[in-house]
Amino acid sequence: MSEKTASATVKENKPLGKKPVARKDMSKVQWVLKEMKRNYIAYVMCAPFFLIFFTFTILPVILSLYYSFTIFNLIEDEMWVWFDNYIRLFLDDDIFLIAVQNTLIFAVIIGPVSYMLSLFVAWFINELSPKIRAVVTLIFYAPSISGGATTIWVVFFSGDSYGYANSILMRMGLIETPIQFFQNATYVMPLCIVVALWSSLGTSFLSFIGGLQTIDKAQFEAAAVDGIKNRWQELWYVTLPNMKPQLLFGAILAITSAFGFGAIVDGLAGNPSVDYCAWTIVHHLGDYGGARYEIGYSSAIATILFAMMIGSNMLVKKILAKVGQ
Amino acid sequence: MGKKLRTRNHKVILNRSAGGDMGITIFLVVLGAFMFFPMYYAVIQALKPLDELWMYPPKFYVEHPTFSNFSLMFKTLQTSWVPFSRYIFNTVFISVAGTFGNLVFGSLAAYAISKIVFPGRKMLASAVRLSLMFHATVTGVVNFLTMSRLGWVDTYWAIIVPAWGATLGMFLMQTFMESSIQVSVLEAARLDGSSEIRTYWQIVMPVVKPGWITLIIYSFKDLWATGSSNYIYSEQLKTFNYAVGQIVSGGIERAGVGTASSVVMMLVPIIVFIIGQSNVIETMASSGMKD
Repeated sequence: MSEKTASATVKENKPLGKKPVARKDMSKVQWVLKEMKRNYIAYVMCAPFFLIFFTFTILPVILSLYYSFTIFNLIEDEMWVWFDNYIRLFLDDDIFLIAVQNTLIFAVIIGPVSYMLSLFVAWFINELSPKIRAVVTLIFYAPSISGGATTIWVVFFSGDSYGYANSILMRMGLIETPIQFFQNATYVMPLCIVVALWSSLGTSFLSFIGGLQTIDKAQFEAAAVDGIKNRWQELWYVTLPNMKPQLLFGAILAITSAFGFGAIVDGLAGNPSVDYCAWTIVHHLGDYGGARYEIGYSSAIATILFAMMIGSNMLVKKILAKVGQ
Repeated sequence: MGKKLRTRNHKVILNRSAGGDMGITIFLVVLGAFMFFPMYYAVIQALKPLDELWMYPPKFYVEHPTFSNFSLMFKTLQTSWVPFSRYIFNTVFISVAGTFGNLVFGSLAAYAISKIVFPGRKMLASAVRLSLMFHATVTGVVNFLTMSRLGWVDTYWAIIVPAWGATLGMFLMQTFMESSIQVSVLEAARLDGSSEIRTYWQIVMPVVKPGWITLIIYSFKDLWATGSSNYIYSEQLKTFNYAVGQIVSGGIERAGVGTASSVVMMLVPIIVFIIGQSNVIETMASSGMKD
């Protein structure tokens, strides 16, 4: 199987409108205006969504970026302080550094593992017949549907002997006294990671399943003739290159949920967790933004989180560009 | 090919070893049990009478299944100050209107961004992608000010309209349109004089059905779970999830009602999910959009 035949089986899939005509008799601005006029329908189609999107997403984001250079408590006017918030974060806030460290640990484990899990499960169950697939998908999607399902884990690992885990361990004679799972720094992080992975088959999982559905079956036959030997080669050379947009979509979701990790910790170990052992950037953000009304400072935290996500997104994009090669 | 071809339902399957199928099945069964366990547990708990609910040691099955928790829940809800049906209506209205608008507006914009070349297209696309990575905690304050400026505080609009502009929905539709529509098909449609709106509705939307079913499932699920909101004060406008939360906070005495209500909360998204997923049939087989 040479690389050439592999890439030939994947169709070029670039958007292509009416071809722009090279004109020498007008300036760039004139040309852009002409293009805008010719494609006015595109703006009409974009208008409703982007109007709402700019009002409720872009506007707050831009204001937040601005506030990150100020001191602002919602009551008095904001005061421009340049990089003071950022300097304070890195030089004068020990808890923030703990939060960064924890966030990185969570993100490095949860991000890739949940992504791979979603992808492989979606791929495995793709071969089932539609009816059975719907049921199996539901089974794997169950943690996302059952909403505040972290409560079950709280019950399961409850600190008294009513907790299932403690009850089982005690009856097996492995422990004498119940373990305070969520008050003990050694257990909190691993438990949070397990529960995070348990609930990780969410929207990106569904989009992978949908993406697999849109792949033309004829390509697999063509690939088999071209010399694809087993399912793993088929995945790498045919399936994945065909669903690159979904792979990118899933990657962005994995990054946002891995770096934005925090809600599960609240549900399991409370807020704040004991000794800040599972304190993440999002917790720090909520603390300053929601509880202390230091909008400027919390905006700076949000901006750093934003930068971390963008950085890892660029990295992931580079990795995904290698798919199918 | 020298080796014997394997078949499944009398159809030849390529590149699938029996050993691999076996390994994957085992993996799926084990993982599936782990994934499904909490949902099973939630249902079991809801069927337990109160004395079994607090039994020690706790059990993973129910000895005397009963629906008393459910009837107790409905009884409790009927005594509420705002009629129970009002909470249900609010939740249904928010979920349906929000999901529908997200689907229509999001897919319209996604079509323009992914299939029409126009000035500003790249900028809009990257604004959507980047905004996904900005954590929403900080934006709450600004949005509250916007809402009060618009006079939407304490109305449905405060929840529904932002859902229409939900970034993820638009991004999802864009993803599917990029991956599954051939340029040649669109060019043919344009040559035949089909308007962009018509191409969007009659050619593109049927092909990206797996995409918008995914959108419906998760958007509905999220909106269905809308609980208390910063924007809503009036009791008449509050949601089912909120009402249930109030009842469950009644403590041990209400534990049975709590288990029943968590099952009821799950039920509707599950129904939407099943209808949706069984509709994601082999789209490509019938449409022949890919050449």
